[in-house]
Amino acid sequence: MESPFIELKNVTKQLGSLKVLDGTDLSIRQGEITTIIGKSGVGKSVLLKHIVGLMRPDSGQVLYHGSPLSKMKKTERKEMKRKISYMFQGTALFDSMTVYENIALPLKEKTALSDSDIGERVRKQLHRLDIEQIDGKYPSQISGGMKKRVALARALVTEPEIVLFDEPTTGLDPIRKGAVHQLISDFQKKFGFTGIIVSHEIPDIFYISQQIAMLNGGKIIFQGFPEEIQRNSDPMIQEFIQGLESRRDELTGMTPHLRGNQRFREGLAWLSRHRLSFSIIMLRLSNIDEINAAAGHTVGMMVLKNFADLIQPRLRVTDTCMRFGFDTIMLLLPNTDLNQAQMVCAKLSKDLKGADIVEAAHFSDINISISAGLAEAEENSQLEELLKVAESVQTDFFEYRCREAS
Amino acid sequence: MTADMDDSIEKNKRPRPGGFNLRINRNRKLGGNPDIILTTPFSILGRGVIYFFQEIGKVTGFLFQGFFLIFSLPIQFDKFIQQIFFIGTKSLLVICLTGAFTGMVLGLQGYYTLVKFGAEGLLGAAVALSLIRELGPVLTAIMIIGRAGSAMAAEIGIMRISEQIDALETMDIHPIRFLVSPKMAASLFSFPILTSVFDVIGIFGGYVSGSLLLGINPGIYFSRVESCVVMEDITGGFIKSIVFALLVATICCYQGYFTHTRSEGFGAKGVSLSTTAAVVISSVLVLVADYLLTSFLL
Repeated sequence: MESPFIELKNVTKQLGSLKVLDGTDLSIRQGEITTIIGKSGVGKSVLLKHIVGLMRPDSGQVLYHGSPLSKMKKTERKEMKRKISYMFQGTALFDSMTVYENIALPLKEKTALSDSDIGERVRKQLHRLDIEQIDGKYPSQISGGMKKRVALARALVTEPEIVLFDEPTTGLDPIRKGAVHQLISDFQKKFGFTGIIVSHEIPDIFYISQQIAMLNGGKIIFQGFPEEIQRNSDPMIQEFIQGLESRRDELTGMTPHLRGNQRFREGLAWLSRHRLSFSIIMLRLSNIDEINAAAGHTVGMMVLKNFADLIQPRLRVTDTCMRFGFDTIMLLLPNTDLNQAQMVCAKLSKDLKGADIVEAAHFSDINISISAGLAEAEENSQLEELLKVAESVQTDFFEYRCREAS
Repeated sequence: MTADMDDSIEKNKRPRPGGFNLRINRNRKLGGNPDIILTTPFSILGRGVIYFFQEIGKVTGFLFQGFFLIFSLPIQFDKFIQQIFFIGTKSLLVICLTGAFTGMVLGLQGYYTLVKFGAEGLLGAAVALSLIRELGPVLTAIMIIGRAGSAMAAEIGIMRISEQIDALETMDIHPIRFLVSPKMAASLFSFPILTSVFDVIGIFGGYVSGSLLLGINPGIYFSRVESCVVMEDITGGFIKSIVFALLVATICCYQGYFTHTRSEGFGAKGVSLSTTAAVVISSVLVLVADYLLTSFLL
């Protein structure tokens, strides 16, 4: 088997008399986002600092492509450091430099780019993160959330191969939180970097991560796919995940992912016990990438939020509306067969026609299209299978052209 | 959580290098392991000495790193200019004021002493030599420590505690090259120039009090200055100011750079202690180095 990209082998670290890492094993695959979750103070940041080389393990090894960090030559280590970027939990912005200078610094110091090229790249980052207007301000003059975004911009501006994010979204509002997660995911798809995120944002972080690792008591007690951790039966893991997940999705006010899954299982139970049919409608913002590119990630999230706000009051009391990913909303319709579901869908589509789900006055040049897919559950259906069915039969549900509207 | 708190309290209790650490275990009979029964004065002394030499080693390493990184490519020219502006240009007023009043008081005191021997004609020589050989370099260094040295320590200290230095490291920007080297280069450049400004203004200060107020012939005053000062005096003064520049920049930056390793204070308190230590240690070392240099140069 191919050796993992980054690997921690039996790493221990004692700070004072507290053993923070106690035989930690972790492997990170190239080109994937791995999220490390765990209680506060359990040593997640310390773990990240070991990966980036800011801290050295008391025993054990950190391996890159199978070769230990401690035995690397100076030039090799330099080469490796050049590929890594780190976003600090406390942002660690240079407080005597402006926002612009902060973001430009890694480019200015480490590349041979001309000032105009640097300026262009920095402005692109500022635009993506919706902080263009503060480029001349100093970190002490901007809010905590803005600082987070500046730190994120600084970490991503060099287009690194490995990016370590230490709580990138703590202190941001739901729309911006979603935007940052999407931005990380977009960048990851675009540049294929390997991301390691320390985060408490459950379930949002599951949408963008390929791997989840949970740190507890100095050890990684779980590592696997996001779906696996949600299904894991270990009571400690479940307690942790469910404890963090709120009753309502922060952005849309809908039922969050995990609870939605529970509703789905309830629906299936009704189906098998009382023969009550049960359908799903999957609504997907199919051109979210386009919107993000044209108007920024914040607008993408705003559209989803506004759309959710429009849908929810039009549903029946028994229906469940759940957030199912960054661009997807799922409606669970109990006691409804496929035909009825189609009628519901058509009615919703008619009701929403022409609704202004972005403030058209502000964004005159974006179009929005939402597609719908329907599927009816059978007795032994799995949610994943149903989703595949729904995905295969997607039709246009909602079209919005800003130009026409205005 | 309580376990964590206990641990952190425990952490703060760890023996400090050079500190007094007395541990008595009454349950053990005398004659057991002496280290457990009592930390003897010898071991305290020994620990202190080891700590002292360790620090000297670290400071020397820091100095060499900072100095040689000045010449690493690409040369950080704009930072160097900024630091010259901060350390040099902005200290000019203070240096002029100190220089003027030092020269004037030397004129007064010198006149008072020399007139007793009827040698007030030598006032120019007395003022110029004491300024160029001694007071110029030392007072300039001490004034810059107060103005710029404390600022260097505080700036770097704050960067350390807010993880900005770690951030530099993760960006593969050498923190010593980025932060310390320009300050060191600018000090090496500014100290001799400021010292010479101090000397010149001081000599004019002596002229103001000696000639204008006390009536010594200006011609005699300046001809004595010219005839008594030789190139060696000026070279000596310059050597001193260069050594002081290295000392001050190294000590002040070092104190700030290692703020986080202080065991007696963390965070803002750590920075305040570093700044104090930077000013005190570099001032004392300037005077010690002055004595040593004088004894070598004479």
